[in-house]
Amino acid sequence: MNSSLLFFVLLCLTLFSYWFGLQRSLKVAGGANNKKALTSLPKQFGLLTAMVCGLPALIALLIFNSGEHIVVEQLLTSTLPANIQSLSTIDLGLYLNNIRSITYSTTASEILNVINENSDVTTQTQYQAALTLQELNQQAAWIKTALVLIIASVSVLLLVRKFSLTYPARQKSEGIIRVLLVASSAVAILTTVGIIVSVLFESIHFFKSVSPIEFMFGTQWSPQTAMRVDQVGGSGAFGAIPLFAGTLLITFIAMLLAVPVGLMIAIYLSQYASSKLRAFAKPMLEVLAGIPTVVYGFFAALTVAPVIRNMGESLGLSVASESALAAGLVMGTMIIPFVSSLSEDAISAVPNALKEASFGMGATKSETVLKVLLPAALPGIVGAILLAISRAIGETMIVVMAAGMAANLTANPLDSVTTVTVQIVTLLTGDQEFDSPKTLAAFALGLMLFITTLGLNVLALKVVRKYREQYD
Amino acid sequence: MTKLNKNSTVSQPNDSTASITEIVTLGLKKRHRKEKRFKRIGLSAVLFGFLLVVILLGDITSKALPAFHQHWVKLDVNYQASWLNIDENSTKGVTESELAQANYRNVLKKSLYQMLPEVKGRSDKRKLAQLLSTNAEFTLKDSLIASPSLFDKQAQIWVRLDDDVDSYLKEAFPIGEAGLRLNQNQAQWLAQFTTSDRIESRFNFSFFTSGDSREPELAGIKGALMGTLLTMFVTLLLSFPLGVAGALYLEEFAPKNRLTDFIEININNLAAVPSIVFGLLGLAVIINLFGLPRSAPLVGGIVLTLMTLPTIIIASRAAIKAVPPSIREAALGLGASKMQVTFSHVLPQAMPGIITGAIIGVAQALGETAPLLMIGMVAFIVDVPSSIVDSATVLPVQIFLWADSPERAFLAKTSAAILVLLTLLLIINLTATVLRSKFEKK
Repeated sequence: MNSSLLFFVLLCLTLFSYWFGLQRSLKVAGGANNKKALTSLPKQFGLLTAMVCGLPALIALLIFNSGEHIVVEQLLTSTLPANIQSLSTIDLGLYLNNIRSITYSTTASEILNVINENSDVTTQTQYQAALTLQELNQQAAWIKTALVLIIASVSVLLLVRKFSLTYPARQKSEGIIRVLLVASSAVAILTTVGIIVSVLFESIHFFKSVSPIEFMFGTQWSPQTAMRVDQVGGSGAFGAIPLFAGTLLITFIAMLLAVPVGLMIAIYLSQYASSKLRAFAKPMLEVLAGIPTVVYGFFAALTVAPVIRNMGESLGLSVASESALAAGLVMGTMIIPFVSSLSEDAISAVPNALKEASFGMGATKSETVLKVLLPAALPGIVGAILLAISRAIGETMIVVMAAGMAANLTANPLDSVTTVTVQIVTLLTGDQEFDSPKTLAAFALGLMLFITTLGLNVLALKVVRKYREQYD
Repeated sequence: MTKLNKNSTVSQPNDSTASITEIVTLGLKKRHRKEKRFKRIGLSAVLFGFLLVVILLGDITSKALPAFHQHWVKLDVNYQASWLNIDENSTKGVTESELAQANYRNVLKKSLYQMLPEVKGRSDKRKLAQLLSTNAEFTLKDSLIASPSLFDKQAQIWVRLDDDVDSYLKEAFPIGEAGLRLNQNQAQWLAQFTTSDRIESRFNFSFFTSGDSREPELAGIKGALMGTLLTMFVTLLLSFPLGVAGALYLEEFAPKNRLTDFIEININNLAAVPSIVFGLLGLAVIINLFGLPRSAPLVGGIVLTLMTLPTIIIASRAAIKAVPPSIREAALGLGASKMQVTFSHVLPQAMPGIITGAIIGVAQALGETAPLLMIGMVAFIVDVPSSIVDSATVLPVQIFLWADSPERAFLAKTSAAILVLLTLLLIINLTATVLRSKFEKK
């Protein structure tokens, strides 16, 4: 049985065990009329039985599935001739891939035909191995089916034997649910740990071949590593400074648009606008926040960039077709609602007394905003800007579509620059070997990205929290 | 107060009040002007925001409209047996397998040359054949197989035009414009077709009913839509129970200790981690470590689950917190266990808010592209996926792929796909808004 069918069967078994447990508990009590003799409700017995049936078997299934391919591969490798076993890991991987593609595209009888008809030893070995793999896969499927069904039924039978009038079915099932709840909330921790471990692990691999100093402070970025020793232009330089500079340039342009506009929108909507305008403007701006980034990328690459290019050319400037300005402006557009809603929260959190005192002294509204509200809300606004910067740094699709690939170290917004996220995407899309420094570099960049955004977020939260304490 | 008194003793009281009033009145005009200017700047910022929304949506809509219709041409097709490469003297008549294997390209070309006999020379003839979509011969095949009585007879059949021709007819660009591979002769032949009423513009159904293709006139979004549907199915199936369970634990059960604090900080930070980092996690752990298939909606769904989980947990916690404590106390007072209180009383009360949060989370996942690029959902896939382990792509990634294509007609296709995506998002968000308002009325 394959996994999805097995999963479905297990689901049916679980439903059946609910009914089975319920009936058993009634039998223990001596009929439905007598069910008050039980210390737990019959449906609680049913629930407990269902969970005991489904959960251990499901966990076994998941563990089996995640380990299956590794074990099968090792068993397969051990049946291969010695000269193939002694191949390097990469070549062995390619060889196994070949076998796998044969296994899944041809039936067993076809493979046997090939083995019988072909006298070539290499082909024979390969097809023999494919046959072995098919057998191994079949065996694994059988073991899996048997394992899951046995675990499910044995655990149910063991449980039902213990049923008695005073059996604490409710307490037990609630205990299990509680464990499930804890596990669900721990997924967040597991995700963080997963991110850190995977990114860190691959980065360490990368830093074995490229020194961290070179990576962090080098000014040459050309990740094309040489396929051959004597290849021209495949030196593989991994200096990430141009990427950091490009990211900062685009982020800076984005902030130059988003911060003033977002802040003014926040001030106007919170202090001046009528409730009618507010009711209309807020959802309208939320539209900007809800548009997927790939749409902004399309807009930047196909509408904004040509416009900027034409404008620049009519002024006699040379503008790259993938200018940093286009990507930055569109990214700024995306961030406007983010800045405006966070700053509005910060402004409206300022106690009214401050505002009224300022009015009482005869200050105009704009004077109150500029000299009282903004200084008081400053930490909140700074927090908002930090979060916006972190967002701009991590933004991917706009820059992938509208910024360039060439790693230029420049501060000219009309030039083409590349960013950290663009390089991660370029390095990892397409089929590459997973162990080359080129792909590992993507993880090192990912590590940088993660650390930077995490730092900015923690800082922003700290700033905001400190400010809240002042007025509470 | 003391300071003020001191000041007033220095200068004469009457004089000073007069001068302060004077100073204030003098400055008043300037201050009011400043106030007005400030207000105007604020208003223009808001209007600028509106303008951006209008430009963005207007630009995409105007670019998308051409993709919804398509030009077809009516051909006088002659299903001659010799052109089809079928033996007409066979005693048994034509079998279905013969029809299936016949040479329709030949029929198409010969019929076309017959319609325009003045076209001579190999290169001109080739140019003439290029006016039609590569799919035209299959249209002929399908219509002959559908009605075999047409065999060896003349018939009028509508076929698709090539994408460049289609763009030319829609936008009326001058010949020789960059990106359009059309010459003067071809334009003239098209004009002949147009004057003889052979060209018709039809609604482009195949955009919604076919998978991706290298030919813009044949490319559709069905594959991407199915991929999106499957991916969202996995995402919702995993993230909703996990998110609600996590939120219930943190809100109702978790003791106030350092572990709980740690979980909370983790969730808040995860909500702000760039989405591409989740893609790296998916690639390194889910694909390379656990060996799940690349490009599959299952993996995409898991990655998006991890990404949306913080959103759902935060929203669910807010909804759970909003349930009045009196409900919990009443249930506890009647002897319900903590678990019964949570699942039978708190959860149903919080459900509308939780569902709203989940919908917002799914909307976020629906538009996400970057992490899916990392796990290989970016491949060119023609087949419509049918299960969560098939290779698939999703709508945003399809938009990304089409936006990269050099053919002019893909520009409209991309915009149309964006329009479909935005419509989906609009529907989802409206649902969330309706639910929220219903919830608030309670």
